[in-house]
Amino acid sequence: MKKPYLQLSHLDVEFQTKTGVFTALKNVSLDVHDGEFISVIGHSGCGKSTVMNVIAGLTPGTRGGALVNGREVDGPGPDRAVVFQNHSLLPWLTVWQNVELAVNVVFKGRKSKAERDEWIAHNLELVDMSHARDKRPAEISGGMKQRVGIARALSMEPKVLLMDEPFGALDALTRAQLQDSLMRIHSELKNIVVMITHDIDEAVLLSDRIVMMTNGPAATIGEIEPVELARPRDRLALANDPEYNRKREALLRFLYEKQRKVESLPSGPSDDVIGDEPVPALDDTRGVA
Amino acid sequence: MSVIKAFSPQSPTFRLRLGKWLDSAVAETVLLPALGIATFLLLWSVVASQINTSLGAFPGPVQVSQQATALISEHRAEREKEAAFYQRQEDRNAKRLEKEPDFIPKIRAYTGKATYLDQIVTSILTVLTGFVLASLIAIPAGIVIGLSRKVHSAVNPLVQLFKPISPLAWLPLVTMVVSAVYVTDDPMFEKSFINSVVTVMLCSLWPTLINTSVGVANIEPDLQNVSRVLRLGRWTHIRRVVLPSSLPMIFTGLRLSLGVAWMVLIAAEMLAQNPGLGKFVWDEFQNGSSQSLARIMVAVITIGLIGFALDRIMLYLLGRVAWDPETATR
Repeated sequence: MKKPYLQLSHLDVEFQTKTGVFTALKNVSLDVHDGEFISVIGHSGCGKSTVMNVIAGLTPGTRGGALVNGREVDGPGPDRAVVFQNHSLLPWLTVWQNVELAVNVVFKGRKSKAERDEWIAHNLELVDMSHARDKRPAEISGGMKQRVGIARALSMEPKVLLMDEPFGALDALTRAQLQDSLMRIHSELKNIVVMITHDIDEAVLLSDRIVMMTNGPAATIGEIEPVELARPRDRLALANDPEYNRKREALLRFLYEKQRKVESLPSGPSDDVIGDEPVPALDDTRGVA
Repeated sequence: MSVIKAFSPQSPTFRLRLGKWLDSAVAETVLLPALGIATFLLLWSVVASQINTSLGAFPGPVQVSQQATALISEHRAEREKEAAFYQRQEDRNAKRLEKEPDFIPKIRAYTGKATYLDQIVTSILTVLTGFVLASLIAIPAGIVIGLSRKVHSAVNPLVQLFKPISPLAWLPLVTMVVSAVYVTDDPMFEKSFINSVVTVMLCSLWPTLINTSVGVANIEPDLQNVSRVLRLGRWTHIRRVVLPSSLPMIFTGLRLSLGVAWMVLIAAEMLAQNPGLGKFVWDEFQNGSSQSLARIMVAVITIGLIGFALDRIMLYLLGRVAWDPETATR
């Protein structure tokens, strides 16, 4: 069998907190092969985002680590693009400039200006956002912003596309549209997608395998559920599909029986917090405007 | 009868109309401010006449406006004198050239005293020079401090120590250092000008420095991560992410700095004898004529108006450069 492109091996992640060491992840191992679409699902606070941050190179593993194409991840790289939960477009740049920023970093020296422009246009086309290329993020809807975020990530031509609850902040109709777009794009580009989600239907509809995380602290992979539905998948046709519903049930059982969320957990860092802590302000308060 | 009733202040229609009228845009932008100023002038003239000083009654608005006019006509007279002075020189040189064709004419510069308007110009030039120098230091330094926690820890105690120092404490030191260091035969700037500029700079550094470092340090973590994932170079990161996102804070700092600079300047000029508004106030105070207080009041109002104008200019500039229109509304 072919070697997995992306590997997590015996990954532990610990954070230093004021009250001591907080173990977010414990012994997480996972192999992902070319072209696979993986969803990571679990209750909030279970370290889903930490898994993604380790692969992205934003958070270092304490023990063990991530291997991409046989090499250990020691920082962010253009082979792993990230779509952030809240789009994270730069608000002072237009849609075009936001994508351009990524393209310029990755392709400077490799493509001419004209080729780069064509590549930006192509990626905006892929997510159906060509019409808004000169708009600022504040001028477009949440779903459109997320489309641009995806275009920015895809424009880096990544082998691995990491998505952190990409559609979590969107309404159900917009979310369905974007899921369909994502399935279409994935079938064209066939790169690895690792998507963090808390939406059961989304996970079953999109994934080849669903990774279910146990509750934190010291969260790990509980079960892995393969989804062997034929592609292209159609959400309407699947509504009454027995396999689809079995998978949904399996996920529900895992999340609400085996790993029922118990509140009043000892407080650790939220799994949204990543990277270094922000530098504190100089003692003085900010000036009044 | 009913017509008269409708216009009497007690009638509900009148009150309704008054209320509506006060809500109108014209009332808000023109009439109410005018009303405020008129009330102030009235109070001023009433209170002023009650205060007797050794230089006579405290000047009311009328005396002050008379002195304002007088200062402007003095300015005109001085300019005419200057023009006449150069005209005389030219005539004399022309005559002499007729007699002796080899004569090389010399033009002597006019050395009349600086008028009130000259002093205003000097003050504005001084404050802007000091402010620009301060900003050139404070913005890059603030970015460096904001980007690195370690630099911040190293520099913060110093910033906190230097920030509250009054210009009056700096000035003697600045004066001594400038006269020791700035030694040329052909000085481009007066020493008093340099003294004032340096003092203004030392005092107006801090708001920009602090606000810039706070703005840079508090960039949204998400945007920092974007920068890391895209692997932007350090310079691209500063130019495309750090600067735009901290621009509102930088401008808030600049605005505060300019306000501080203008206040410090007046005090510095009084002591440094830099020919500006501060010196004008000081000279009039020493002069002690019956018009002095009114002239000082003219200067006080001028200082206020220029300070206000400088603030508005900063606000306008912020509106021009800000990516987020909401930051430019105050």
